[in-house]
Amino acid sequence: MELEAVKAYLKAYDGPELSIMEVCGSHTAAIAENGIPGLLSPKLSLVSGPGCPVCVTPSAYIDRLTALALEEGVTVVTFGDLLRVPGSSRSLGMAQGEGARVEMVYSPMDVIALAKKEPGRQFVFAAVGFETTTPVYALLVQALTEEGVENVRLLTALKTMPPVIDYLCANGAPVQGFLAPGHVCAVTGSKIFAGLAESYRVPFGVSGFGAEEILIALYGLVKMCESGRAEVRNFYPSVVTEDGNLKAKALVEKYFTETDAAWRGIGRIERSGLVLREEYSRYDAGSLGLDEDQKKNQACCCDRVLMGRMRAQECPLFKTVCSPMNPQGACMVSTEGACFSYYMRGA
Amino acid sequence: MEDRIRMVHGSGGSATNELISDLFARAFQSETLDRMEDCAIVAGTERIAVTTDSFVVTPVEFPGGDIGRLSVCGTVNDLLMRGAQPKYLTCGFILQEGTSIEVLRRVAESMAETAREAGVQIVAGDTKVVNGSGEFYINTTGVGIFDGDRSRLDICAAGAKEGDAILVSGNLGDHHAAILSGRMGIKNQIVSDCAPLCDMVERLLAAGIHIHAMRDVTRGGLATVLKELAEAAQKTFTLEQELLPITRQVQDFCGLLGLDPLYMGNEGKLAAILPGEEAERAVSIMREAKYGGNACRIGTVTAEEPGRLLLKTRIGGLRSLDVLMGEGLPRIC
Repeated sequence: MELEAVKAYLKAYDGPELSIMEVCGSHTAAIAENGIPGLLSPKLSLVSGPGCPVCVTPSAYIDRLTALALEEGVTVVTFGDLLRVPGSSRSLGMAQGEGARVEMVYSPMDVIALAKKEPGRQFVFAAVGFETTTPVYALLVQALTEEGVENVRLLTALKTMPPVIDYLCANGAPVQGFLAPGHVCAVTGSKIFAGLAESYRVPFGVSGFGAEEILIALYGLVKMCESGRAEVRNFYPSVVTEDGNLKAKALVEKYFTETDAAWRGIGRIERSGLVLREEYSRYDAGSLGLDEDQKKNQACCCDRVLMGRMRAQECPLFKTVCSPMNPQGACMVSTEGACFSYYMRGA
Repeated sequence: MEDRIRMVHGSGGSATNELISDLFARAFQSETLDRMEDCAIVAGTERIAVTTDSFVVTPVEFPGGDIGRLSVCGTVNDLLMRGAQPKYLTCGFILQEGTSIEVLRRVAESMAETAREAGVQIVAGDTKVVNGSGEFYINTTGVGIFDGDRSRLDICAAGAKEGDAILVSGNLGDHHAAILSGRMGIKNQIVSDCAPLCDMVERLLAAGIHIHAMRDVTRGGLATVLKELAEAAQKTFTLEQELLPITRQVQDFCGLLGLDPLYMGNEGKLAAILPGEEAERAVSIMREAKYGGNACRIGTVTAEEPGRLLLKTRIGGLRSLDVLMGEGLPRIC
């Protein structure tokens, strides 16, 4: 089908009102960046989900990371996004001003070079992410064991998608379809959502991240809603297969095991996270039990935004107290956060 | 001469003199400077333009330029953006102990060469040495004059008018991407666009183009620069994503790192707001000028939503752009 016809259909849609959740933060960013909401009929709305890893990391994790960075002889190594996420009292970036040692890298593997350069120093990598990123952390642990590097540990906050979507559906999320995360599915395979589609009678459209790919997946989702089909359809076949990347999955399986995990603003969800297996626990910097979650500002609605119950723009703090320069909640910090996306890129 | 800067080079005594006469005076030779007076006395016009800028980029040498060339271009371009003719520069060097004298010499020579290209004279200078680990910083102050036809010029931030065209002089983000690649050890073909824009501005003014507002696209990138101009003029600026000149390399580099080329800095590009009916002629003048080969029209000024910068996306969506908000990225200038 021609893109123009897809656009015309989505603009003219006049069926029952439909809310579609884009689960992944990269989708949220791409939707805002391309001005997609303006291309849809008023009867179609997009809501953001819990798929921005930084946004769902609880404050206790940030606090633990900050405490480690302030310890004598310890450097925390992280991606840039995590620096500004508020903990219970301060962010890692603020702690830098008090002497915390933090290094920013673009690849987790960079930590090995840092560690070899300063063997007397302990390095802690802030391993935050979903199924997409976890294989890279597995590679990191593999390299640490193979090269005998003993001064690197991981503070993990690793999460998996299906349990949180299950949780949202079980708790009555007002959503009629899911734009499923293409990169997660590249690793896990698209069939990972099949059970959820069937038990909650809701369609999933696996999508890439280009504007056209998102529009086509949305079109497919609306069509499935109209015909009452609740299945997983793969609109990103150039990258995603039904079974996913078996090698990556085996690697993750070797080093990590399932655990309960706390989600910022949502709470503890059974078997929704991953931690290092017992035999590799010497590489863990104390990741278990970091469940406590305190809001910096009690009026912050990040929790409701993450669960698709509220649009970023509807939060009373949005553009009043809360801005990317002065974020009150994690969704305003990450470039993949719903609040940040709509603040910076919303029409 | 030694090969590293030591604290003694900032003492004001013989080591300082040796450094100045051997390195800086040799590179920056000019009649005014050679007199070694406490200050320079130069000819001016009734109105003059003055600006200052400090340069702290690392690495000091990068593909397409170095901190010396940058320190001339940044200041010269700021003078040009208000229509002044850049005439004089002063430069202050703050050197950390351990700075390589060989690198410093290359940077000073590059600075002198860029000044010659831009037609400005370096008329005063200063050197200080501080503790540290071999990095160094440069401050330049520039003076521009308004003589002849330029004497009545008033190009200012609030100048945009309804019906104006928005032009940019070439590809976006090259400098920023080159510096980041250098810092991160990423190998690619991206080079900084660091350049003085004298020839381009000179040609536009000589052809009688009525420039209403003009900015060089530096830190914060095109979006930040244009949002500021839209707010100052209380007009709506609408850009067409399809018309934005961005190379595939820079686009891919940004895609990889989650960066937006609209917020990536240049050091040799300008954005000009001028009457719509003069746009076509202005674009061809810019394309003939040095460093303007990819100049193009990217948008239009209207009045309906004061202070807004909008982007029509490739697929027909509309996106609102704000100034750059915070960044965890290394310094680039």
